[in-house]
Amino acid sequence: MLRYTIRRLVQLVGVVLVLSLLLFAWLRLLPGGPVSALLGERATPESREALTKQLGLDQPIFIQYFKFLGRAATGDFGVSTGVQPGDSALDIFLQRFPATVELSFFAILIAIAVGVPLGYLSAKRRGSWFDNLSVVGSLIGVAVPVFFLAYVLKDVASSALGLPSSGRQDAIDATRVTGFFTLDGVITGEWDATFNALEHLILPAIALATIPFAVIFRITRAAVLDVLDEDFVRTAESKGLTAPVIRRRHVLRNAMLPVVTTIGLQTGALLSGAVLTEKVFSFAGVGEALAIGFERRDYPVLLLLIIMATIVYVVVNLLVDLSYALIDPRIRTR
Amino acid sequence: MVLGLSSKKEKIDGLAESSGTSLAASAWKRLRRSPVFLTGAVIIGIFILISLLSPWLAPHNPADPMLIDQVVKARNEIPPAQPGHPLGGDLQGRDFLSRLLVGSQQTLIVGVGATLIGLSGGLILGTLAGALGGWVDSVVMRIVDVMLSLPSLLLAFSIAAMFARPSQFTVILAVAIVQIPVFARLLRGSMLAQRHSDHVLAATALGVKKGAIVFRHMLPNSLGPVIVQSTLVLATAIIEAAALSFLGLGNPDDRIPEWGQMLGDVQKVFDTHPHLAAWPAICIIIVALGFTLMGETLREALDPKNRR
Repeated sequence: MLRYTIRRLVQLVGVVLVLSLLLFAWLRLLPGGPVSALLGERATPESREALTKQLGLDQPIFIQYFKFLGRAATGDFGVSTGVQPGDSALDIFLQRFPATVELSFFAILIAIAVGVPLGYLSAKRRGSWFDNLSVVGSLIGVAVPVFFLAYVLKDVASSALGLPSSGRQDAIDATRVTGFFTLDGVITGEWDATFNALEHLILPAIALATIPFAVIFRITRAAVLDVLDEDFVRTAESKGLTAPVIRRRHVLRNAMLPVVTTIGLQTGALLSGAVLTEKVFSFAGVGEALAIGFERRDYPVLLLLIIMATIVYVVVNLLVDLSYALIDPRIRTR
Repeated sequence: MVLGLSSKKEKIDGLAESSGTSLAASAWKRLRRSPVFLTGAVIIGIFILISLLSPWLAPHNPADPMLIDQVVKARNEIPPAQPGHPLGGDLQGRDFLSRLLVGSQQTLIVGVGATLIGLSGGLILGTLAGALGGWVDSVVMRIVDVMLSLPSLLLAFSIAAMFARPSQFTVILAVAIVQIPVFARLLRGSMLAQRHSDHVLAATALGVKKGAIVFRHMLPNSLGPVIVQSTLVLATAIIEAAALSFLGLGNPDDRIPEWGQMLGDVQKVFDTHPHLAAWPAICIIIVALGFTLMGETLREALDPKNRR
């Protein structure tokens, strides 16, 4: 178990190094570039040259990369040129990362809270109108472009429900402790701040939840269908166990393995979806920074955020693989 | 030699089909009766028909700003529905209905183009890795691992941002490259599973050349899941192309319309003129749903577990 974890972490370091080199070269191939983004298209050649030199973009790419690695080791990932000009890329990441974590967490929570029970009920009533309706509904969920749904929620639902349609929190006097706005209020006892942050989270979280919901629903349904056919479920029924016990101990426990895998794989979809959702709701998270970063060619910020997204994605999937052992005793004994 | 063998093989296949039913035949039998599959097939049939006939169906030229005198940019005024223009005009005063109809064509091209490129890339990598094994397999799979360690849309955004002059083709390419590792993994998996199976062993024992084994025996047996995946990718490609347009990474030339581009381009007037976004969005949702319905029912039908 420990050896397995260490091997996976070493692999992760390799992937990150390769990826950082690729991204570094890649981002420098991007058209436009930070100089045009900062000075505009009509800048004089002299001022362009001066800024190019100042940013170190005139040196060979490998030298730029090794300099970057050296600085990165000390926590210096460069200064933002477009998202929040002048701020360090690391600060931008640290500021915005909690926002995206909060948003993704609530999105996946919604997806699980709706998807798993619905998938279970659908499987139990296979072929019924309830089952068919849920299946078609989940397929429509996958077919709707996330940003379109986000706009619909923002423009229609927010006014109908009286919910805020942009930002993370109103300009209220709230104490910052962790950077997680919902958590800060709980720690300091400022419940109105928590409530306000939650209000801002609901709509973007619903928009972000649709795709993971659809996937979790379908996987749960398929897994429960598989398990319901198993001999041990029939045995449990015939020895007179009550329905809730069968459901909890026999059906759900065995059906959860593929569901947990899917939840891990959905972090990737969440990060991609966050770019679109956060842009629509002007939600100051990593996704919005990426969207703006692409627009304004902000190399340092793009580089750091994409690498961090990759690390988070890989680590979450490692945690998922490790959690198998907790759920499935057959894997633990091996 | 190889030719003679294949014709013999076809005869044997024919015999097998007449005595029992092959997986494909029984799958087709079930699909024909599945209302879900038929719904998807009808949607896609109509979609393809409209996109082929759209030049004749469209009442006006989709690139002609004939209503431009009604557009007042400063006040966000857009031509409303009027005789001859049932859906009104768009932001540039072009007939909206014509743009929707003609837009189906480019949308079909984006979906099919991205799927074909992704599929071919995946076929090459997956076949190389699965058939050759050894260091080729290791190298190919490490590349695939790196590509898969990046969230998919993020990869598509990064690729699309690379091009100095974005166009329909760069959009298709960005969406397609993301699909390559998915197809590659699928094919490698089923190739590896077959390497030690009886029919490959038998062919090897008969002295069939390695290339012939791979292309005549292993590849055809791996196609089921690949076809299913392609159908699903057709849907995601169209949706992801829309996301690229939304982020400003789409095709800037809007003379020839495409639904994703139409949807992504109107974000600034979404609150004042929701119909400009709603129509292309509804078209995308219906078509994506059609492909998904077909893909999901195909997957179920081709699953040997469901054979009865």
